[in-house]
Amino acid sequence: MVPVIAFWSLAALAVVGALLVVAVRNVFRAALFLVLSFLAIAGLFLTLHADFLAAAQVLIYVGAISVLLVFGIMLTSDVQRGSPNSSLWLPGLAIAVLLFFVLALAFTQGAWPVAEATPLSPTTGPLAEVLFNRWVLAFEVVSVLLLAAVIGAVAVMRRR
Amino acid sequence: MPGLTEYLLLSAVLFTIGLYGALVKRNVVVVLMCVEIMLNAVNIAMVAFSRFVVPVELTGQVFAVFIMTVAAAEVALGLAIILALYAHRGTVDTTNIDLMKF
Repeated sequence: MVPVIAFWSLAALAVVGALLVVAVRNVFRAALFLVLSFLAIAGLFLTLHADFLAAAQVLIYVGAISVLLVFGIMLTSDVQRGSPNSSLWLPGLAIAVLLFFVLALAFTQGAWPVAEATPLSPTTGPLAEVLFNRWVLAFEVVSVLLLAAVIGAVAVMRRR
Repeated sequence: MPGLTEYLLLSAVLFTIGLYGALVKRNVVVVLMCVEIMLNAVNIAMVAFSRFVVPVELTGQVFAVFIMTVAAAEVALGLAIILALYAHRGTVDTTNIDLMKF
């Protein structure tokens, strides 16, 4: 019973937060609703037995990315002018709804091979083992990408 | 107990909300936020597949870690570009940023 309540309440929180990010006019409030959505998604990771990812979600998204976004809001536009829709909002809505129906059809009709094995309970150790053995090359490539992004951000801001 | 389909449908809902915002919003910072919502939706799908299809191999969780890293890089670089654009042109409105429009 508890997983069902947890899933539906967290899912509702995540969807409402995301909807308010799109709907609300004040950009700063949109950032705060984004934080709410991120927190609900961290809770959803916990219901999926992904404890390390839930912690990483809180640290990276709720901690770092939202602070960066608030910095961006503060350093650019006047917050009160808000985030109006473009004049082409109707085709955008049509594309989004169409994509949702295609995705929902694929997800509900697809025969996914669901395994019955019990999931690992603390995932941090096994995740590190997989990450540094089987996926070590991808890990190194991603770290180089992160370094390149940091250098690129500094270079973009320094050039005047 | 919510199964794989419920998580996948939730992921689809969040992804389409993010897509709508990214297509429609005129403030570039809000567009960046909507891209983050889309990446989070993909992360939910990844972790749900990992939990229900390969419960002991954690492949989807590894991919979610990579997506988080790429998202962090994307936000850092995206904000740098937005700030440079604002310093250069004094606006973050997507209808006024049409330098590359033919």
